[in-house]
Amino acid sequence: MLIKKPSDIPYSEVTPNSAYMNRRKFLAGVAVATGAVTLAARSVSDWFESARVFADEAKLGPLAKSPFSTDEPPTPAKDVESYNNYYEFGTGKNDPSRNATKFVTSPWSVSVEGEVNKPRNFDIEQLRKLAPLEERIYRHRCVEAWSIVVPWIGYPFSVLAKLVDPKPSAKFVAFQSYYDIKQMPLGPRAGIALPYVEGLRIDEAMNPLALLTFGMYGETLPNQDGAPVRMVLPWKYGFKSIKSIVKVRFTQNMPPTTWNLANAHEYGFYSNVNPQVDHPRWSQATERRLDGSFFGKRIKTLMFNGYGDQVASMYNGMDLRKYY
Amino acid sequence: MKDLSRHINIRWLKPPIFLVCLAPLAHLVWMGFHDELGANPVEYITHSTGTWTLVGLCATLSITPLRRILKQNWLIRLRRMFGLFAFFYVSLHFATWVWLYSGFDVHAMIADVYKRPFITEGFTAFVLLIPLAATSTSGMIRRLGGRRWQMLHNLIYISAIAGVTHYYWLVKSDETVPLRFAAVVAVLLGYRAIRHALQRKQQAAAAKRSRESVYSA
Ligand code: HEM
Repeated sequence: MLIKKPSDIPYSEVTPNSAYMNRRKFLAGVAVATGAVTLAARSVSDWFESARVFADEAKLGPLAKSPFSTDEPPTPAKDVESYNNYYEFGTGKNDPSRNATKFVTSPWSVSVEGEVNKPRNFDIEQLRKLAPLEERIYRHRCVEAWSIVVPWIGYPFSVLAKLVDPKPSAKFVAFQSYYDIKQMPLGPRAGIALPYVEGLRIDEAMNPLALLTFGMYGETLPNQDGAPVRMVLPWKYGFKSIKSIVKVRFTQNMPPTTWNLANAHEYGFYSNVNPQVDHPRWSQATERRLDGSFFGKRIKTLMFNGYGDQVASMYNGMDLRKYY
Repeated sequence: MKDLSRHINIRWLKPPIFLVCLAPLAHLVWMGFHDELGANPVEYITHSTGTWTLVGLCATLSITPLRRILKQNWLIRLRRMFGLFAFFYVSLHFATWVWLYSGFDVHAMIADVYKRPFITEGFTAFVLLIPLAATSTSGMIRRLGGRRWQMLHNLIYISAIAGVTHYYWLVKSDETVPLRFAAVVAVLLGYRAIRHALQRKQQAAAAKRSRESVYSA
C-alpha cells in the first residue's frame, strides 16, 4: 500500500477557495463514478473469475547467490503465484491460489526416518536454519509443456540427508505431502490417490541441484506453491518437485509415486525432462515459456531441461526411453 | 403447453440470442485487455473456446427434443444459429491451436493429429462440422433436398461424440466436467435413439395390422 506523506501546505491555501470547492465536488464525483465502475467491473470479473489472493509471505534473507542460477529473466511472481498444479486445492490452474489461502502451515514438522542412523523430527523453523539459504534461479518445466523461471530459496537436500546419516541400505528417498480433507476438501475429486507421494534414487536426491526449498522471490513460499517446504528438481518434470512435505523416508526399495500410480503408462519413476520421449498427450519437443509476454514464447525443450552437465552422468548406460 | 409459434416474433428474438452467443468471445477479449487471462493465456483461450464449442453443440442438439417435448415448433428456427455458433467457436479453437499452440509448425501439427488420440478426436469432430456449416443455408437445403440434407446433418451426432471423447481424453485426472458433458450428450442422443426405436416398432405394428386386415377381409 502507498501511504502518502501529508504535505505541509493544505491544498486550500494554494488554490482559490471557490475553485477548490468546485474541484472537490468534481473530483468527488469522478472518484465515486470511477469507484462504481471499477466495483461493477470487478464484481463482474469476480463472478467469472476469482480475484487473485495472496497470503502473507515473510521476507527471507540474507541470500547467497548460486552458480547454478540461470540468467534468463524470471517469470513474473504474480504468474507463478496464480498458475499452479496443486490438486489437493482443486484441479484448475487458478484454484490453488484461491483455495489455499487459509491453509495452516504453522506449526509444521517434518519427520525424517527410515534407513538412517539418526532419524529426527524437525520443526519447520529448525529445518530452515540447518544451512545458509541460497537463491537459485531455475528453469521449471511442467509435463504439460509449459515452463517458468523461478528464483527459489533453499539449500541442497544433501545437507539434511547427511545430518540424519543414511545407512548403506538406503537406496531411495520417499517423500510425502501433507493431506487433510478438512483443509483440502477438494482432495477426493483430484482423481489421484492422496496423500501425494514422490521418490528419488538416493544419488538423485544427493545431487547438488536438488533443492530443499522454503521460499521464492525473496519471501517464504506462498501456500499454493508448496508452503512451508518443498523439493525443487529442475531437471525433472514439475510434478516430481513435491510440495508441502511432512515426511522424508530413506528406503531400500523404489518407493511408489503418485502420478505413476495414477497412470504408469504416462508417468514413469524418473520423469526426467526429455524432448525425445513424448507423453501421449503432449509432444515434449517444445514448451511454452511463460515469461510475462502476452502469449509467452514457444521454445525447444532441452535434454534434462538444460541441466545435463550436472545430472546426465547419473543416468549413464540407462535406456531413457524405457526408464522415462 | 400450447405452441407459442404464433405469438413469438422470431426476428425479435434472434438478435438478443445472437448477442448472448457472442458474450463468451466478448468476455475473452475483455479479459485479454485487462490482463485477466492468467499466466498462460494460450491455454485459457484454448479451454474457453473448446468449452463453448461443446456448449454450442449441446444447445443445437437440444432444440429438437425440446421442440417435441414442449411442443414449441418455433424453436427449430433457432437451431441453425446455435449450430453456426458452435462452428464459430470451434474455428476459433482450431485457429488457436494452429497459431498459438503449434506456432504454424505444420510437421508438429500433422504429428499431433496422427499420434495424439485426443487431437485425432478433436480434429475429427471439427472436420465433420465443416460440411454442415457449408450446407446451412436455405439454398443448400433446397438444392440437397430435405431428406439428403437431414442425412448429412446427422453427422453432428458423430461430431458431438468425438468432441466429448476429445475432452475426456485430454484431462489428466479430474474427469468431472468431461463426464458431465458426456452425460448431456448421452441424454440428447439417447432421446433420439429411443424415439427412433419406438417409431420403428409402431411402423412394424401398423404394417402388421394392415397385412392382417388384408387377410381377414
Ligand atoms: C467439435 C470439436 C471440438 C470440441 C467440442 C472441443 C472441445 C474442447 C474442450 C471442451 C477442451 C478442454 C476445455 C477445458 O479443459 O476446460 C478442449 C481442449 C483442447 N482442444 Fe478441443 N475441441 C474440439 C476440436 C479441437 C480441434 C480440431 C483441435 C485441434 C486440432 C483441438 C485441440 C485442443 C487442444 C490442444 C486442447 C487443450 C489441451 C490441453 O490443455 O492440453 N480441439 N477442446
